[in-house]
Amino acid sequence: MIKTDALIIGAGPTGLFTAHQLKLIGLSCEVVDNLDKIGGQCIELYPDKPIYDIPAIPECTGEELTNNLLDQLKPFNIKFHLNERVEEVKKNNDNWEVKTNKGTLFNTPNIVIAGGVGSFEPRKFSPKECEKFENKSILYSIKDKTIFNNKTVSIFGGGDSALDWAIELSKNSKVNLIHRRDEFRGAVSTVNEMKALTKNGKINLFTKYQLKSIKGSEKLESINIEHDNKELKTLKTDYVLGFFGLIMQLGPIANWGLNLDKKTIKVDTEKFETNQKGIYAVGDICHYPGKLKLILSGFHEGALAARACFKLAKPKEKYRFEFTTSSKTIKDRLGKKND
Amino acid sequence: MTKIVYIEHTGKSHSLDVQNGLTVMEGAIQNNIPGIDADCGGSMACATCHVYVKEEWFNKLPKKEDGEEDMLDMAFEPNKFSRLSCQLTVTDDLEGLVVQLPSKQA
Repeated sequence: MIKTDALIIGAGPTGLFTAHQLKLIGLSCEVVDNLDKIGGQCIELYPDKPIYDIPAIPECTGEELTNNLLDQLKPFNIKFHLNERVEEVKKNNDNWEVKTNKGTLFNTPNIVIAGGVGSFEPRKFSPKECEKFENKSILYSIKDKTIFNNKTVSIFGGGDSALDWAIELSKNSKVNLIHRRDEFRGAVSTVNEMKALTKNGKINLFTKYQLKSIKGSEKLESINIEHDNKELKTLKTDYVLGFFGLIMQLGPIANWGLNLDKKTIKVDTEKFETNQKGIYAVGDICHYPGKLKLILSGFHEGALAARACFKLAKPKEKYRFEFTTSSKTIKDRLGKKND
Repeated sequence: MTKIVYIEHTGKSHSLDVQNGLTVMEGAIQNNIPGIDADCGGSMACATCHVYVKEEWFNKLPKKEDGEEDMLDMAFEPNKFSRLSCQLTVTDDLEGLVVQLPSKQA
């Protein structure tokens, strides 16, 4: 059981700056994120896209913004729990008990949800019957590529993941690559390599096709793919891989007794607290009159939620507002020399 | 104001007057039309405002910009009449535009 003054859910820009604010005012905090990397939407959706409305930064990409926020956190030792999704939140006396999908347990008076639009999950195939074979013969990520040796694998998608795996698996497997159009959005060199392998018969390429249905009772046997012109083809296959990128799902947050409005959580604008004492929501996931889904708004919301955390984490102490330019205590926390 | 018709997957139709300058996505969100999620808020980064444009309208719309077709690869059941509604800005030319919404966005 990890005891911490505040637990932040979400390692996007808002979560990172909230961590900074918590540490600056002398609280401990840890961060959980479902992705395998820090940065949230900035890293997952638009690492290379320039952002022009971060105050005092005329232009930066999602990746640069993330790196700058991490630099700002350097003086503090913050524990990140990546690849973990918070599943359960339960009240235990005055504190919250939080459990992740990997079994990590936290005990904390404060939970700050900086979850964007929820956690990133792979986008899935549309036919309903695919669920039955999910994680068995229908996969959205690969852990052990040797299971495909000498098997037939049908790969769907047009980006780098689909192309890289088609090329890699063509060494030891029979590979079908299926994509909804003729153009691929992967790197040019990868597309060329795939096309060369297609010419050599190492990859069977089907463009303008999408998955229509699957067949198999115990074991997956074949799939039907449909062309834009409605023509159907049946492919025998042992495995089906889908690489359609990630989508944000609210996930377990919906079960924590919070006041939800569609995919957002209602908060007050003093503490950014939800209807549950000690649970705050900041950034894209929170909603209040006038809410703007801007990164700069997330920074402000995190700063205020951090001050609210102080009251519950240190009920016997009084929070004193201080400036980083003049406070000796804060400079000590930042590891800066005092003049 | 320009009339835009949104048809839900169930067939339920909503005819709305949307202010010029807004996107077809924003028109739906501001009027609580179910079936458009728009998770990323209109930055062409999520493909959850996917619509099917009626065939007779499809070629009258401004062409897709770079990146829209790439995002549509990730949409739920895209077809050749698919567009991202965040990329369709409402103007007088769109008077009477009909868009059909997919059964879900993801």
